[in-house]
Amino acid sequence: MRTAFIQALSDAAVKDKRIFLLTGDLGYGVLEPFQKSFPDQYLNCGVAEQNMVGIAAGLALAGKIPIVYSIATFATMRCYEQIRNDVCYQNLNVKIVGVGAGLTYSQYGATHNAMEDISIMRSLPNMTVIAPGDPKEVQAASYAMFKHHGPCYLRIAARGEPSIHTNIPKFEIGKGILVQDGKDIAFISTGHMLENVVKAAALLKEKGISTRIISMHTIKPLDRKLLQETMQRVPYLFTVEDHSIIGGLGSAVAEVVAETGYAGVFKRIAPQDAFQKVGGWLPYIRNANGLSVEAIADTVQLVRNAKKHT
Amino acid sequence: MKPCAHNGHSEAEIQALQGHSKAIRREITVMASRVKSAHIGGNFSVTDLLVGLYFSFLKIDPKNPTSVDRDRLIFSKGHCAAGLYATLAERGFAPKAVLADYFADGKLLTGHPTKGCLPGVETSTGSLGHGLPVGAGLAYAAKKDGRTYRSVVVMSDGECDEGSVWEAALFAHHNKLDNLIAVIDYNKLQGFGRTEEVASLEPFTDKWRAFGWGVTEIDGHNFCEIVNALASLPIAKGKPSVVIAHTVKGKGVSFMENTLDWHYKFPQGEELTKALQELA
Repeated sequence: MRTAFIQALSDAAVKDKRIFLLTGDLGYGVLEPFQKSFPDQYLNCGVAEQNMVGIAAGLALAGKIPIVYSIATFATMRCYEQIRNDVCYQNLNVKIVGVGAGLTYSQYGATHNAMEDISIMRSLPNMTVIAPGDPKEVQAASYAMFKHHGPCYLRIAARGEPSIHTNIPKFEIGKGILVQDGKDIAFISTGHMLENVVKAAALLKEKGISTRIISMHTIKPLDRKLLQETMQRVPYLFTVEDHSIIGGLGSAVAEVVAETGYAGVFKRIAPQDAFQKVGGWLPYIRNANGLSVEAIADTVQLVRNAKKHT
Repeated sequence: MKPCAHNGHSEAEIQALQGHSKAIRREITVMASRVKSAHIGGNFSVTDLLVGLYFSFLKIDPKNPTSVDRDRLIFSKGHCAAGLYATLAERGFAPKAVLADYFADGKLLTGHPTKGCLPGVETSTGSLGHGLPVGAGLAYAAKKDGRTYRSVVVMSDGECDEGSVWEAALFAHHNKLDNLIAVIDYNKLQGFGRTEEVASLEPFTDKWRAFGWGVTEIDGHNFCEIVNALASLPIAKGKPSVVIAHTVKGKGVSFMENTLDWHYKFPQGEELTKALQELA
C-alpha cells in the first residue's frame, strides 16, 4: 500500500508543483526515490509532529498542497490539536498520511498500534477520512485526495498488502465500492481488512452463504446510500475493521443503522477496547482480535446461529 | 522620550505611535469592560509592540489585505484578540465600529481570533504554541517560492512553556529562515503567577541563542527601541530573529500594572473611569 501511495504521489508531484511531502523522519527505504526526484517538494521535519503539522498549515496558507507523512499514531495523535486548529478549523488543504494502519505494526507493541485514529479524525469538522482496501484503491484514493480541496486523512498499511481488485477501481471519495454482491450477509470492510473479508466470504460460500462485500474506503463522509440499500437487501450486516471497536467504521455505520432502523442483525467485528497485552506477528495478533479469516467467518456463523435460536 | 534620530524617526513620528497606542488601549478597555472579558493585562503589554509592527514595520496595505507579497503577522497569543482587533481597526483594516462585534451574538469577533474574521487576521489562534510552527511554514514557503514577504509571530512568554515552540525554533534555524521573526511579549506574568515561579524561562536569551537564533532585547514600551529593533531585522543573515520585549503586564493603567489579577479582571464602574482617565 505504501509503495502504491508513493507511486501516486510521484505521478502527482510531476504534474503539480504545489504538492509538497513532509515527513516526521520516517519512511526510510521508501521515500528516498521521491526525495531524489523532487528535492524541491520534499522536507524532513525531524521527529517533531506538532511542528510538522504547523509547517504544513503555513505551506497551505502559501498555496501549497502539503502531504504530512508518518506512522499513523504519530501523524494523528501527537499533533491532534494542530490538525484540529491549524488545519481543520482553517479548512486548509493539508493531507495527513498515516502508515501502519491498525495492528500492522503488531509486533512493535501498542505504542505503534493505530487503534483510535479513525475515531479521532472523523470527529473533526472539515476532515475527510479515507482507508483504502488494497494497493489499487490506495492509488485511486491518492489521486482523488490530491484533487480534493480540504483536509484529508489517508490511512494505509505498510506490509506489502496483496491487491484484491484486478484493476484500479472507479474511485470516488464518499462512495463505497461493491466488491461482490450476495444475499445472505454483508461485510462492510474498511482499509486493509478487505483481504481477510474476501477470504472469509470464500469460506462462507463453501457453507452455502452468499456474501455481499463493500469496501467502505471512505469513513467520512460515509456512503449512507449504499449502506441503506444494503440494509434493505441483506438480513445480516457485519462491519470489519482493524481499529478499536469504539469510534471507527463500526460506530459510523451503527449511527446510520440506529437512525435509519434495520430489520436485520447488525454486528461490529473489531478489536475490543483494550491495549494489546502481548506482542506477536500480524496473523497471530489478528487471530487474537477476531480478525483472522477463520475468526471473521466464525463470528458470522455464531451470529446467524444465535439468531436462529431466538 | 528622546527622538530616534539615528534611524530617521522624528519625535513627531514617535509621538504618533504613542497616540495610536493610547487609542488602542482605550478601545481595549472599553471592549473588555463592556463584555467582561479577561486578558486586559496581556493586551496592554503587547499594545506598543503591535503598534510598532503595524505602523512602522510590516509591509501591508489595508486596501489590499490579501496581496501575495504582504508581510504576514501571526498573532499567536490569541487570547489578546481585543488588542489585535483594535490595532487592525486603528490601522484602517476595518472601521472602528466593527469592534462592537467583539463577543457579540452572531458576530465573528470571538475572544480568540479566526482567520479572516477581520481583514488582516491571517490565522486562527487561541491555543498557545501554534503560531511559531505556522509562521515558520509561511517563511519556508516564501524562501521556496522566492518571495520577499516576512513572517512575524507575536508570542506570549507563558506560551514558551509549549514544546511546539521549541520544535519550531529548531526547525527555523535548521532551515535558515531569516525571514521569520518572533516577537515575544515578555511581561513575566502568566496564568498562575510569575513565569519564574511557574516554569523558569531564564536564561531566556541564552536559550534562543543556543537554538541558533539572532536575539535582541528591548524595552517593549519604548518606541525608539521598538522601531530601531524592527528596522534592524534580520539580526543575522541566514538566522531567524527573536525580539524579546521586556514589557509590563497591564501597562498604561497604574492599578493594573504588574498584577496577576488583571490577567482575568475587567474594569467596571470607578475602575473603568479611572483607567480611561489614565489613558486619555
